[in-house]
Amino acid sequence: MSASTFGSGIRRREDPRLITGSASYTDDITLPGTLHAALLRSPYAHARINGIDTSQAAAAQGVVAVYTSADTEGEIAPSPCAWLLPDSGLTIADYHCVAKDTVRYVGDIVAVVVAETRHEAYDALDLIEVDYEPLDAVVEPKKAAADGAPQLHGEIAGNQAFHWTVTGGGDIDEAFSEADVVVKETIIQQRLIPNAMEPRATLASYTAATGELTVWNTTQNPHILRFLSSLVIGVPEDRLRVIAPEVGGGFGSKIAAYPADFITMFCSKKLGAPVKWVESRSENYQATTHGRDHVQEIELAATADGKIKGLRATVWAGMGAYLSTAAPGIPTILHGLMLSGVYDIPAIHEDVYGLYTNTTPVEAYRGAGRPEATFMVERLVDLLAAKLGLDPAEVRRRNFIPKFDNGHDVVTGLTYDSGNYDGALSKLLAESDYQQLRAEQAEARKSGRYIGLGLSTYVEICGLGPSQVAGAIGFQGGLWESAIVRFHPSGKVHVMIGASPHGQGEETTFAQIIAGELGVSPDDVKVIHGDTDNTPMGWGTYGSRTTAVGGAALALAARKIRDKAKVIAAHLLEAAVEDMDYDDGKFFVKGSPDSSKTIQDIALMANVAWNMPEGVEAGLEATTFYDPPNFVFPYGAHLAVVEVDAESGNVELKRYVAVDDCGPQINPVIVEGQVHGGIVQGIGQALWEEGVYDDDGQLLTGTMLDYALPRADRLPDIEVHSTVTPSPHHPLGVKGIGEAGTIASTAAVYNAVIDALAPLGVEAVNMPLTPERVWRSIQAAQGRN
Amino acid sequence: MTIPVSISVNGRRYDREVEPRLLLVHFIRDVLGLTGTKVGCDTSQCGSCTILLDGVSAKACTCLAVQADGASVTTIEGLAGDSELHPLQESFWNKHGLQCGYCTPGMILASHELLRCNSDPSAEEIRHGLEGNMCRCTGYQNIVRAVRDAAETIQGGTS
Repeated sequence: MSASTFGSGIRRREDPRLITGSASYTDDITLPGTLHAALLRSPYAHARINGIDTSQAAAAQGVVAVYTSADTEGEIAPSPCAWLLPDSGLTIADYHCVAKDTVRYVGDIVAVVVAETRHEAYDALDLIEVDYEPLDAVVEPKKAAADGAPQLHGEIAGNQAFHWTVTGGGDIDEAFSEADVVVKETIIQQRLIPNAMEPRATLASYTAATGELTVWNTTQNPHILRFLSSLVIGVPEDRLRVIAPEVGGGFGSKIAAYPADFITMFCSKKLGAPVKWVESRSENYQATTHGRDHVQEIELAATADGKIKGLRATVWAGMGAYLSTAAPGIPTILHGLMLSGVYDIPAIHEDVYGLYTNTTPVEAYRGAGRPEATFMVERLVDLLAAKLGLDPAEVRRRNFIPKFDNGHDVVTGLTYDSGNYDGALSKLLAESDYQQLRAEQAEARKSGRYIGLGLSTYVEICGLGPSQVAGAIGFQGGLWESAIVRFHPSGKVHVMIGASPHGQGEETTFAQIIAGELGVSPDDVKVIHGDTDNTPMGWGTYGSRTTAVGGAALALAARKIRDKAKVIAAHLLEAAVEDMDYDDGKFFVKGSPDSSKTIQDIALMANVAWNMPEGVEAGLEATTFYDPPNFVFPYGAHLAVVEVDAESGNVELKRYVAVDDCGPQINPVIVEGQVHGGIVQGIGQALWEEGVYDDDGQLLTGTMLDYALPRADRLPDIEVHSTVTPSPHHPLGVKGIGEAGTIASTAAVYNAVIDALAPLGVEAVNMPLTPERVWRSIQAAQGRN
Repeated sequence: MTIPVSISVNGRRYDREVEPRLLLVHFIRDVLGLTGTKVGCDTSQCGSCTILLDGVSAKACTCLAVQADGASVTTIEGLAGDSELHPLQESFWNKHGLQCGYCTPGMILASHELLRCNSDPSAEEIRHGLEGNMCRCTGYQNIVRAVRDAAETIQGGTS
């Protein structure tokens, strides 16, 4: 019974506390005597600070302290960048947690007020006088690279944070000079604002007598935050406890260790009292990390029969005013190495320029580099199809990497684990009735209706990753995961993991892994995570790595338990270990399943230890540190069907069909949920979402009123299908699924809209494809501008 | 300056002195310590703070505590009443209508309003009915399923 729960769509263990309002998110926790911090943030994108007068604020009702850089200098180290991209000329500008003499984006922190209530803290912010001297700002990455651009950091020439390249395969210039056809495009991968529904928050509580600091934070990676905080705040790692309680979504925006977090810790340490800081949504828009922000100039070389010969690109990636924790690796390692996509491409070259701009720092945002890569490749393939008059499905087929089960090298240096790209596309075309849709499209065009079909066939890199590779690519940490499995005397199980899920459902799926490996009911397994004092070290939940890496650690820990249990069972049944068999939680002598010991029997004996085999320790517990031998590479094929109203420019998404392959699914209902959510975020980029700054660096989309998030009434039901190709190197064969939908869907929707507009002569429109932009592009193409 | 208010929340009366500027959502969370109601934005867009005010849904960030004087409020903690779970809570669980859970209390109470006004909504009507509540995790699809499921359960139970 219990083993079968691996692979079944059981209800989530997490939900009862969430649907009743019993869960505690960071802002729901208040300790006796908690003080409240509010941050004064710069209203200018670039300005010199000539003076700050905090005297009125300090005297205001309820105010306990006001701090500026004069107080934090030497007490809070600069906020660290932890991805030191090698061979890229990386320059890291000091990111002072409280700005010293210059502010560099709207939202840069200038002062902090701590008061008895949140309202009093915010009231006092208005009483701080800052003498700003505004400076010229630059917000677009390509403009930041231009001669004469305003310079953000005096010591860093040309605003350049890094220049990274990837070159692989044959001679790229030759590929282009010998090509029959070349297609090109310039793409703006607009800036996106992640918008996890829970704003960020920190509660810090310092006990002077013990020197211990406990921090509740909305983080995706509590152990990394503990490590970095110990360096920045100077509380030793053993005295620092970071707790990620319930966390309300992250999507990458809760990876970074933020200045606001360090400042809150500093305040608690300084005042010897608990201090809480909670950002408002407007503050979240200004100061919690953004995503994307590329200008991409891309081109593809091919033969007359549609075989790709080379891909070349130059990307200007906006990094914001400072480098966030993991930022340099996103538009490079996680982007450029994926430019072969699902295709056999013999030559690839990309230059990526990372630029400082007077904007909010950019970090990982769901997909993190891979959506930007998939979009480039999938656009180029569609452009090639259009140029050659071939169906986009056919051009893809002519270039797919053939089916492989155990490793395929691409020229960027990666070895994909397993894939059957043609299989995914074939299933998609069949499930969607693609040929029929094409016929309907042709029919609709005759009556002046503009229907478009858009394909996106993707592969992505996740399950980050081998720690040796992490070191080689400059990631300042490991990328392994650990798990502890502990059986209690009654046969109930505690699982402690280092990863830190925040909505993905691993409390359920990890219990299902234990059920599958050890035959216990998932209801008997409690999965504990998110507290550095009672979980083993882990490197966090991002990059679709929790199941792919942490799940492997857990499965291997469970197998260690099974091995030990088998020895104890053999002893109790007076049999030789090699004569023992195991099935679904029961240990028995081969051929005699009626006389068996259950895992619960063994757990009791191991815990009381009255009759253990010689040399076997008491207890039934195992710990595993799993360092993956390779990344995993989920893939799939998506189709969007849109209808564009040429009179208004409105895009209606009529159908969305997805085929995804993440290997065996531990819980297909949870997988489907990840696919839904991921796809909708990618649709958001294609159609609605954009973080917009004006030329002075003012954020124009600074509230939910101005930034268009996907809403329920604008979306069709997504049709979800899957294929199953196990990863050859993973103990359970599983790959990641958290980001796949987002990686695929932006390109599918964009390609569909361009396909719809083809009869009107429109070749490209910058995202998001709002009615106004689509309408203007139609007017321009029709010569009516 | 403070003003006395008497507000009934989940069937219990609370008499408190509050600042006139105090939002109802902060009254519920900070004064009463009922943290199931969430704050997700500051422009009344996200719907995370949706509660029932005298039985009708309201975004608790658009209402001052003093405006709710004398009113009866239901939050997620009180929705089920004497039952273990309200059918909507059960359906959100059964249909995987939540992931991180942050929007969920507001989403469930907005769905309650939807079903109060239309006991048998189509999927499209549910999508329109919930367009004032943001969810970043689910893509809404399983929320629609959950509300449909709850409608069927409630109808089944009353017919």
